[in-house]
Amino acid sequence: MIAFIEYSDIFGKLDLNAFKHDAIEASVGISIILISIALVFFLTYKKLWVWLWRDWLTSLDHKKIGVMYLIVSAAMLFKGFVDAAMMRAQQAFSVGDSFGYLGAPHFQQIFTAHGTTMIFFVAMGMVFGLINILLPLQIGARDVAFPFLNNLSFWFFAVGAALLIVSLMIGNYAGTGWVSYPPLSGIKYSPGVGVDYWLWGIQIAGVGTLLSGVNFLVTIFKMRCPGMTLMKMPLFVWSVLNSLVLIVFAFPILTATLAMLSLDRMMGMHFFTSDFGGYPMMYVNLIWAWGHPEVYILVLPAFGIFSEVVATFSGKKLFGYTSMVWAMVAITFLSFIVWLHHFFTMGAGPKVNAFFGIMTMIIAVPTGVKVFNWLFTMFKGRVQFKTPMLWFLGFVIIFTIGGMDGVLMAIAPVDFQVHNSLFLVAHFHSMVIGGVLFGILAGFTYWFPKIFGFKLNEKYGGYAAFCWIFGFLFAFIPLYILGLMGATRRLNHYEAATGWQPLFIVAAIGVCIIAVGVFFQIVQLIVSIKEKDQNMDTTGDPWNGRTLEWSTTSPAPFYNFATIPEVSERDPFWTMKHHKQEAKYVEIHMPKNSPHGVFIGALSFTFSFGLIWNMWWLAIVSLIGMIVCLMIRLFDRDTEYAISPQEVEKFELANKHLN
Amino acid sequence: MTNTQSYPDTHHDVSSNTILGFWIYLMTDCVMFATFFAAYAVLHNNTFGGPSAKELFDLRFALGESLVLLASSFSCGVAMLYAPRQQTGKVLGWFAITFILGALFFWMGLYDFSRLIAGGNTWQSNGFLSSYFTLIGVHGLHILVGLMMMIVFIVQLIQRGLTGRVLRRLTCLRIYWHFLYLIWIFTFAIVYLIGAR
Repeated sequence: MIAFIEYSDIFGKLDLNAFKHDAIEASVGISIILISIALVFFLTYKKLWVWLWRDWLTSLDHKKIGVMYLIVSAAMLFKGFVDAAMMRAQQAFSVGDSFGYLGAPHFQQIFTAHGTTMIFFVAMGMVFGLINILLPLQIGARDVAFPFLNNLSFWFFAVGAALLIVSLMIGNYAGTGWVSYPPLSGIKYSPGVGVDYWLWGIQIAGVGTLLSGVNFLVTIFKMRCPGMTLMKMPLFVWSVLNSLVLIVFAFPILTATLAMLSLDRMMGMHFFTSDFGGYPMMYVNLIWAWGHPEVYILVLPAFGIFSEVVATFSGKKLFGYTSMVWAMVAITFLSFIVWLHHFFTMGAGPKVNAFFGIMTMIIAVPTGVKVFNWLFTMFKGRVQFKTPMLWFLGFVIIFTIGGMDGVLMAIAPVDFQVHNSLFLVAHFHSMVIGGVLFGILAGFTYWFPKIFGFKLNEKYGGYAAFCWIFGFLFAFIPLYILGLMGATRRLNHYEAATGWQPLFIVAAIGVCIIAVGVFFQIVQLIVSIKEKDQNMDTTGDPWNGRTLEWSTTSPAPFYNFATIPEVSERDPFWTMKHHKQEAKYVEIHMPKNSPHGVFIGALSFTFSFGLIWNMWWLAIVSLIGMIVCLMIRLFDRDTEYAISPQEVEKFELANKHLN
Repeated sequence: MTNTQSYPDTHHDVSSNTILGFWIYLMTDCVMFATFFAAYAVLHNNTFGGPSAKELFDLRFALGESLVLLASSFSCGVAMLYAPRQQTGKVLGWFAITFILGALFFWMGLYDFSRLIAGGNTWQSNGFLSSYFTLIGVHGLHILVGLMMMIVFIVQLIQRGLTGRVLRRLTCLRIYWHFLYLIWIFTFAIVYLIGAR
């Protein structure tokens, strides 16, 4: 029998050529393998495997899942940043007779991987990391609504990231840009496995995001502590709620769209082909019907973080809470009717373009309301310029610049001039770095003591923030100018006569300054861990905070709150501090660890890998495996354990003693 | 020392959490179907010279499919009427009917597909048929998942009786099954009725 099975039955499209890469690609692949081997040796040498498996990988504790999200995202941020630096280096030197050091096919893969990495595996991952850690704490809950689903979502996210990394070593990645428009991304023009890696990586991670969206929506709606009405929720929770509504409405569109593109590629269908009655522009509409809300999915939580940070470090309650909430709701609604501004040049006609242009401009109004509210919160407050506030200042400047030129580009005739130019690239980096990433970094510094129990070093944090802010301006202001001079995005070569090179060199210098900022962040982490004992947060409330997460000890115990708090107003902890209550302990039910999230995640990896390389048997076996794991989980009745009041008291006393 | 009444443990309220979560999941599913419907609406005239919807679809057969699924949806509703009253035997019986009718619907869908494919009209023929096969196929996949879940939950029902957890799962399954019928109504109206004009 065996003799009749052909090579392609077992390995599909996978052969030795998949492992052949040019020198630069190979060195990246080899270094990843070496790092992995070193990690395995370290874990084995320190005998940490059991600890890793029991305390982290299989944990259903939302705080630990959040930390795992942050770790994966930080690794991916490093990768995405290296991509960015490679592109800047290429563009600084690839002029006239010099063609730089990257070949065109490799350059294409880098800009595709950079965009995909940064949006899906850095921004989304970090946002979900912070949501995981903070959301239950802020609403006074012990856990999320569906702890197992939460763990599964994380593994889907991690598998998506892993597929992207694996493409560096086996085969190659898509060269079609981060939204992979067909017909270029169709099987006819991209016959390799690159687009399939892109498709399945995002599809799996997207399903994880969707499950998280459902999970956290139920958590917010059903698990707030007694007394916390919707209008008493902290603004971070409000921002997350809006972001989750967007996820629930937008991500199914992505799932369906990617499914259609996959069917085109795998089954020879004709959704988006340029012949047989396919319609490529439908893809562009669908992907942006998801893609535009996605921008707000990322930036709304950042708005929420800044609302918390500004109120805390100004020592005042937030200015205009109600208007902040309504501004976010307005943004949520409007973000669904602006997607066409990504392709005004498609030729939809003046009336359609005008409608979407006006809607886009209107979105600036609620966003402006928010910026003014933050500034008014600072007004007459006792502002402490701690690191999170420095990120906020950088955010206000860069985000406002980016927002203003966003409104400029909402004018369709102007957009015709700058469409697909570096002006656009500078615009969305202002929003995503200045808005989302700075927000995440501010939130990370602000909540770090709550997660790990000690504060981060202020000095190096400040250096890092300044390097990032000035580095950003150096790296992207030249791109605005270059865009107006006519430089299009995704260029791997240009002529000397364009006179662009000096500006590209300035932009490359900007990246170097940001790299120094990253270096300071690493130093900050190392120094903070070394000086941990001096920076211990013994009170649980290091910043004189206002919301519930600061009312429990730092780091938060695995059950979050020994007694579920009862609140009667906004900023509940601010009032609570002056009215200490006697602790009453009750039995607490917590979810048990489960390995099935890891198993299903791993099987979803082999499933995708099988589909990407047409190893059908592997895909089918993995699919059956996933179903079996799910069944085992469904038949498992023993998923919770109880902690008696006496044990809770013991834990609480131990925490106090520690402090 | 403790007053458990005024500090309810959040984990005790799992049932309503699960059902709300399931509703939200169904809304996401609804958006996904809406996307496939939109694709069908855009592509339904792009036959690339092939036969049109009117020439291909058999309205009567589709009506038959609809009635079978309607009956399945109805019997599922009846089964769940008996569930809160702990009448396990009747729940089992009506779910058996639901399952048989659901399986019949699935088989009819496969038959319809094979009829089209035998006539040389596959999903590779043109954009119209790609979107048609995908829309109906995704619905069919949902039915298949529903049937599998039905087997699992019926086994649990036999093993454990109508415990809280089993009841919760059956409730979700019931919402899911009605939802799939609702989607099928849209399919029947948008794909078959309009197509047969």
